[in-house]
Amino acid sequence: MTLIGKSVPRLEDRELLTGTGRFAGDQNFEGQLHMRVVRASLAHGRILSVDTAAAAASPGVFAVWTGVDVADVSPINLRPGSALQDLEKCRQHILAQDIVRYVGEPVAVVFADDPYRAEDAAELIWADIEELPPVVGLMDMPGEFAPGVSTEPAVLVKGYGDVDAAFASAAHIVDCELSVGRHAGVPLETRGALAIWNDDENRLEFHAAAKIPHTNRIALAELLGLELDQLHLFEGHVGGGFGVRGEIYPDEVLVNLAALRFRRPVKWIEDRMEHLIAANHSREQTHRIRAAINADGLILAIDDEFWFNQGAYARTHGATVPVVSATMLPGPYKVPAYRATGRIRLTNVTPAGTYRGPGRYETTFVREQLMDTIAAELDLDPLAVRRTNLIAADEMPYERPFEIGGKPIIYDSGDYPESLARFLDHVDYDAVQAEMAERRASGEMAGAAIICFVELGGDGPFDDVRVEMDTDGRVEVITGVASVGQGVETVIAQICADTLGIDYAGITVTHGQTDRIARGQGARASRVTVMTGNATHKAASGVRGMLLEKAAELLQSPVETLEISDGVIGIVEGLGEGPSVTVAAAAAEILRGQNAPRIAVEESFENDRATYSFGAQLAVVVVDPLTAGVTVERFAVVYDIGRAVNPMLVEGQLVGGAVQGIGGALFEEFLYDETGQPLSVSFADYLMPTAAEVPDVECLVLEDSPSTTNPLTLKSGGDPGITGAGAAIAAAIGDAIGRPGAIKRLPVTPLRLRAILRGDADRKQEKNNAENGVST
Amino acid sequence: MKPASFEYVTAESWDAAAASLAEHGDDALILAGGQSLVPVMNFRLAQPAVLVDVNVIPDSAYLQIDGDSLRIGALTRHVRFEAPGIDGPLGRLLPRIAHHIAHLPIRMRGTFGGSLAHADPASEWCTLARTLDAVMIAQSVTGERRIAAADFFHSALATDLADDEVLREVELPALGPDWRCGFAEFNRRAGDFAIVQSVAAIELHEGQIVSARIGVGGATETPQRSGAAEKALLGGAPTSELFAEAAGAAADAIEDFLTDQQANADLRRDLVRVMVLRALEDAVSAG
Repeated sequence: MTLIGKSVPRLEDRELLTGTGRFAGDQNFEGQLHMRVVRASLAHGRILSVDTAAAAASPGVFAVWTGVDVADVSPINLRPGSALQDLEKCRQHILAQDIVRYVGEPVAVVFADDPYRAEDAAELIWADIEELPPVVGLMDMPGEFAPGVSTEPAVLVKGYGDVDAAFASAAHIVDCELSVGRHAGVPLETRGALAIWNDDENRLEFHAAAKIPHTNRIALAELLGLELDQLHLFEGHVGGGFGVRGEIYPDEVLVNLAALRFRRPVKWIEDRMEHLIAANHSREQTHRIRAAINADGLILAIDDEFWFNQGAYARTHGATVPVVSATMLPGPYKVPAYRATGRIRLTNVTPAGTYRGPGRYETTFVREQLMDTIAAELDLDPLAVRRTNLIAADEMPYERPFEIGGKPIIYDSGDYPESLARFLDHVDYDAVQAEMAERRASGEMAGAAIICFVELGGDGPFDDVRVEMDTDGRVEVITGVASVGQGVETVIAQICADTLGIDYAGITVTHGQTDRIARGQGARASRVTVMTGNATHKAASGVRGMLLEKAAELLQSPVETLEISDGVIGIVEGLGEGPSVTVAAAAAEILRGQNAPRIAVEESFENDRATYSFGAQLAVVVVDPLTAGVTVERFAVVYDIGRAVNPMLVEGQLVGGAVQGIGGALFEEFLYDETGQPLSVSFADYLMPTAAEVPDVECLVLEDSPSTTNPLTLKSGGDPGITGAGAAIAAAIGDAIGRPGAIKRLPVTPLRLRAILRGDADRKQEKNNAENGVST
Repeated sequence: MKPASFEYVTAESWDAAAASLAEHGDDALILAGGQSLVPVMNFRLAQPAVLVDVNVIPDSAYLQIDGDSLRIGALTRHVRFEAPGIDGPLGRLLPRIAHHIAHLPIRMRGTFGGSLAHADPASEWCTLARTLDAVMIAQSVTGERRIAAADFFHSALATDLADDEVLREVELPALGPDWRCGFAEFNRRAGDFAIVQSVAAIELHEGQIVSARIGVGGATETPQRSGAAEKALLGGAPTSELFAEAAGAAADAIEDFLTDQQANADLRRDLVRVMVLRALEDAVSAG
């Protein structure tokens, strides 16, 4: 056991840094057609006619489709396990049938021999659409969204304990209304797809697939009416996933359908403007939350009602975001009684799916602003309120008596108060607070805050891995996962090499190729290292056993006396001298006389329990009271990952997530006007944070609480950087302006902060006037 | 996000550029640095039939003191202003402004003349040109025309340049040693177009402000000089109190604020007050 825990360099980097990566745009097939999507420019309207004649006659155009051409294709299904049945009737067709329901909805597609000509032709398509009144209000009274579909198609209720009794006996009741803006993953590489009919293999091939190729294979085959063995997906390099890239949208289905119908390769590369109105949005929700508190600030119960803006259609994730929101809101605190009522709402905006840290980013903001509000109203220290409510180490494993996705919520391990204490020490929080107090005394609006959260991941139900070794000892690990840039190849190679006693750098990790392994779960829900890592360990252990057995025979020494180190099998150090044999030689011996060119062991790791880990974040901000601008001066994250396979990669996840989270806290938001027209359609108005807006993110990775759910004791690490960032920035701003709990809405824009500061100024003026006996 | 088809013409001289424009009229657009035009074409918001590329015209990127003027070649890249090699208050001001323009790769390509001709309401160079009453020199086949900054900016993205005119050179007054110049802008991210910006230039004589030029960009459709602020400053001493008074006057005098998702009129008015004040403070501290 030497490689697990080491920050070894990434195996992925050579290709990426030498420009030999194969992203969607890099891939081409002879004779390919280019698809261009014509999208609705109205938020809600009835399609009277779509005139495609001019486009069809335009140079280079091969075909033009409108809704009628794909009316036989069923709408895109929700992923099994993610669905509330009620959302089934909100699914989206791949091209609008009669009605358009958001700006950006595909209305027609053009296929041409050149992407420029495809776009030229798309401009010639005239859709006559009769405008209908759009639904834009998230919290309006429910009404009809579509025939037989309510604007509130589903309400989910999660809870436990006697909430009403707790409120009846509470010393204090605190309530607030808190909102998170529409925000989503915006990868550097937009979506793209390339499909080709392979006549030799009698199958359709979907290249540039991402995230969940095996899952999408099943869904696409069903949509396209293919047998499973007539469709294979091939993952390329992916320039960022974040939950958004790699889902099945209308566009990807259209590419595959066209390649199937035309028997000709079809390519589609999304442009940035399309991405911002067509790929999944996420986050937007408003909570009305109440907490029953005893005199010491201990929460007795939380009662939360929230509205989640699903947009115009349900997408593949179904109700994942509101379900995770409802179940993860209590976070690291005891909360003995709890009730969440989640109202899924349809409006005429771009549909929503998951975005990194789904349901946790939003509810961590809500919960932690609630904690600050409790502190403010009871005149307690915000950190003390958090400590009072943290789950104690001796309460682990801690079960919340409701379930998520049919599985119980059991926080597997952790010492939350101790992790928090270590973090406070690490960032020298006493000194931070002293500095803030001094700066505020000198008139500066500077503030700091610590917020806490619980992260989940390591989701099952299974992962399969096959480890193969050839007669030269070369190893290939074939998995059903995917790479979204997180370093999966490195981590899996480390685990495999560690198990086998060989060098990790020579191991090939194959992922996202559905013709190489039958099943897979892809890269989602912060699960890869835990699930695929354990499956890899299991399969590699099988190969190791075969090697040792063969070596025992060759070396005339019992298996128990042998070890593998640096690719050589020999006598365990201390048991004396003896002969040795290389792994390659042992493998060659195993394969001698067999037909197979490789040793192969395939194993499945199954797990129905998620991992839960504690994290906390520190933000230090300064507010310019004259411009209402916010500068983030310092940002730090602590995360107890249990056991880090590659600490460098864990830190990379924390930093990247924190940057995106700061984006959602201060900059990024999809805004719409009252007619449902999107206002954030380019990087000039959807503001991504840059290096200039984000300080160095300090990381403290703890390995104090190994997971009890899996043999390698691993926990998830994909999302903790983002999960608390909105909460931390909001709390720090509240501290800076001297009003903990004042931030009610993310992102905190100058416009919104000005209103808060102006409110303060007005109140201060009133107070002064009152004190001076001036009537207003 | 592919541009519509267009004819590409390379102009080897300003005469050739003017001739192309004369030939094609409003079907043609000048391609300078392309940092605004090319994205706009990619969005198909602009679909010129002919693109006249002026980048190869020799001797068209320069900063040159000529008597009382600083002559600036239209193709001078923004990055050139980061080290203008000019003495005096203007030479000290230009790098401080240039630093705020977008990001380095954009500053490497984008041009001074291109910025003025594009006339974004929040362009740093447009605000500078309006504040200092620059003279734009436009060329057409019939000759050259000198256009005062006050007449040049018509509205957002619209200038006095006729369809057959190309902007060739800009003259700024080379401010004497008694001038102090400052700049301030507010945006949500480094490198973004400002929500509000201000250029301040004051001439001091024996501790008194004897001339003042206060410009505000980003607040309205076109950059403007604030007569109210300048009036407040004239004859006074450069104190914080006077600066605040002038900044307040600048903010109060504006009526037709731009409003968008970033900022409404109230926030912009606040920001005018703060940016004018900070530009004046910058003028006395660094200018």
